[in-house]
Amino acid sequence: MKLLDELRRIVGAEHLLTHHQQLRTYESDGLLQYAASPRAVVLPGTAEEVREVVAACHAAGVPWVARGAGSGLSGGALPVEEGILIALTRLRRILDVNLDDARVTVEPGVTNIEVSNAVAPTHTYPPDPSSQIVCSIGGNVAENSGGAHCFKYGFTSNYVTGLEVVLPDGEMLWLGGSELDPPGLDLTGAFVGSEGTLGVATKAILRVIPAPEAVRTLVAFFSSPTHAGEVVSGIVSQGIVPAAIEMMDNLSIQAAEGATGAGYPTDAGAALVVELDGREDECEERFDSIVSLCEEAGADSIRVAGDEAERAVIWKTRKAAFAAMGRISPNYFVQDSVIPRTKLAEVLGQIDDLASEHELRVANVFHAGDGNLHPLVLYDGNVEGEPERAEELAGLIVKACVDAGGSITGEHGVGVDKKRYMPDQFSEPDLAAFQRLRCAFDPDGLANPGKVMPTPRLCGEVPGPYRRHPLEEAGLAERM
Amino acid sequence: MNDRSKTPTSVASTASDQPEPVTSVASTASAVAAGRDAAVAALASAGEAGTPVRFVGAATKLGWGVPVADSGVIEIRTDGLDRLLEHNEGDLTAIVEAGLPLAEAQRAFAEADQELLLDPPDSAGTATIGGVIAAGDSGPLRNRYGGPRDLVLGVQVGLSDGSVARAGGKVIKNVAGYDLSKLFTGSLGSLGLILELSLRLHPKPPATATAAGETTEPATLAAAALELAKAPLEARCLDLRFGGGDSALLARFGGAAPRSGAQAAARLMERAGLQTSLVDPDDEVWERQREGQRSSAGTALRVSTLPSRFAGLVSTAQRLDARVVARTNLGLAWVVLEDRSPAEAAAAVGELRRELSPAPCSVVDAPAEVRSLIDAWALPAPGPLALMQRVKDRFDPAGVCRPSLS
Repeated sequence: MKLLDELRRIVGAEHLLTHHQQLRTYESDGLLQYAASPRAVVLPGTAEEVREVVAACHAAGVPWVARGAGSGLSGGALPVEEGILIALTRLRRILDVNLDDARVTVEPGVTNIEVSNAVAPTHTYPPDPSSQIVCSIGGNVAENSGGAHCFKYGFTSNYVTGLEVVLPDGEMLWLGGSELDPPGLDLTGAFVGSEGTLGVATKAILRVIPAPEAVRTLVAFFSSPTHAGEVVSGIVSQGIVPAAIEMMDNLSIQAAEGATGAGYPTDAGAALVVELDGREDECEERFDSIVSLCEEAGADSIRVAGDEAERAVIWKTRKAAFAAMGRISPNYFVQDSVIPRTKLAEVLGQIDDLASEHELRVANVFHAGDGNLHPLVLYDGNVEGEPERAEELAGLIVKACVDAGGSITGEHGVGVDKKRYMPDQFSEPDLAAFQRLRCAFDPDGLANPGKVMPTPRLCGEVPGPYRRHPLEEAGLAERM
Repeated sequence: MNDRSKTPTSVASTASDQPEPVTSVASTASAVAAGRDAAVAALASAGEAGTPVRFVGAATKLGWGVPVADSGVIEIRTDGLDRLLEHNEGDLTAIVEAGLPLAEAQRAFAEADQELLLDPPDSAGTATIGGVIAAGDSGPLRNRYGGPRDLVLGVQVGLSDGSVARAGGKVIKNVAGYDLSKLFTGSLGSLGLILELSLRLHPKPPATATAAGETTEPATLAAAALELAKAPLEARCLDLRFGGGDSALLARFGGAAPRSGAQAAARLMERAGLQTSLVDPDDEVWERQREGQRSSAGTALRVSTLPSRFAGLVSTAQRLDARVVARTNLGLAWVVLEDRSPAEAAAAVGELRRELSPAPCSVVDAPAEVRSLIDAWALPAPGPLALMQRVKDRFDPAGVCRPSLS
């Protein structure tokens, strides 16, 4: 067919995959519940090839999906059946490191950790999703990825100053640049987190920061998440902004301990990881306060990382919690809801009640500082009725979080998985406003269609300038 | 505000619990109603009639953006939209109406030892939060905590087709839907009217301390600024000031141990060849930095550049006899030209732009005579500008919101 010939011409035959065996690798992203087979996977090697590929899709009217490392957890990189999947894994050069100006320019296939490695040891790139070893900057930009340290440092969006993008009609242009506050609308800010629906980024200029002078980390164990939650409240009310505050409940501790053997007490009700970083003396003073707060809240034990190796164990165990869930349950749904932090105890109670009603277990591992829960609804796909019950429970948990004033997603994105919950959080005029932005970038709806918005929408024509009605002209009628 | 309220036509929106008739009616349009409904209705009417509108808070930055013709433009004022709707202390968030004065909100947040980390120049204490966000203005605190775009969690806007929409939320982490908060921040009202804002707050430090390092050598100052920017100091603010025979690098610290932070900064400054001192109390020196971003009688420009180009910036300023205030870590600078004729000021703006090219230099303050001689507002490149226009066409289908994008 003509489009495939054109794509083959652009990237070379070895970078166009069409055999169904080759396509299988790309059928799903990190969320395996969803799978779809694209017509072809194309692997461009340069930004210019990306532009040509997108232009060819536009000319043929064929939808396309951009994919980075495929580690996303919302089905954001799920291919469109019979569409083109553009895999950006070959665009993985770090183009410029400028520490005087604290900027790094990278191609989208560069992994998150490679950015930090490129500026170490003097600097660091703060957004640190748990998947940072594999996930790509292009994917981080699409999803506005966060991570454990975003309570203090913010999200991808706070660190992207400029993007070279290819719009769905094949036009290539820069949004923003190295400088802050360029004139005009902040399209960089609008593009980050747009989940691949506004175009594809082919270069990103990232802001890095000086690496903190000192880091202090502890993990404290409590009889329940509520007790651990008291420490979180105490920390916040004392005006301390830790680099990270992470909580794991009993089920998560069991799963993670099984995976890493860190020596965590598997009967503990909750584990709270607190990390402070910054200037040495500042850290020392604050860290002592946090240890006291843990003691006052009745911590059963506190482990303070004595060196970098012990700190690494704490983080490895925390970041292993998702993947380790397979040890305690054959299947699970991951949720990513956010609540106002002060509603923690209340919402955790609701989740417990909902879980009992549905006769299922829910494990919780979450970013406690910013109220980003990751409830994992555990089920066995081979037991009749369980997957359906689990899905219903997952939906009710999302609704409970939205009702508490929160959000359906804190960092994983809406993708295909959570778009059905969008109307719980946003009204029709809100969704229509989102569509305005999408239509400005992609009037033909070719970029990652079927994601984010709950129902497919077409873009209408932009209304022309207002014309006065002949009756108004004649002074026979007025509108106000 | 009063001096602006006669021309052009002014439509004030008043809070629903204190209805107040609007009397100012000119030939083209009028609207009388209460609170946000009045603002929304006035915008919808203007949209339907194709009458240009601009949104006005305290009228402290009306000269920003592409020039707006005064005649025939309806002003929709946010005076009545001034409530603090929520202050969620435990969550460090707040929801405010756009017309709430920033200074007033800060007083309320301070009662809980919290603050919105936004300190643009606001000597009169009248600037509204909506105006500051819409203008994308900021002050020294931006060094550590980001600009307005980084502090807005959610937004509610009114559009020219009469619709009202929300984006974002009131939690500090949220990626559901497009980030329209960032789109409207700094939009200068070109897309629609910000009605309500959801904001992230931070704990207010119990004390602050500031280190100052002085030198008469522009090159030494710029080099020291780069050194400090690269150090892991976590300074609350990091600025320089230059001009009028007075030049210094300033580093301010908060947190639990501010004094030791200032001492650490002072040691680095000293090593870089500056004459150092600790400034205590330090409020005044930072107030000067904020005010140095504006000029009541002269011409002030905002420059977006990079820290490594400050040496050139400062030496150009010296040659032009200009004053500079800069966020050394961020590459943002404000250059003020005073005591010269309009023609001289215009020539200096031209030279500054040539020297600093490609850094955009936008005029934030200037006498009308100077403005008439130059293109005051820097424009984006043609490609991005066309895309911005397509975004505007979708959000402002009636094409009535001013300023325009070009």
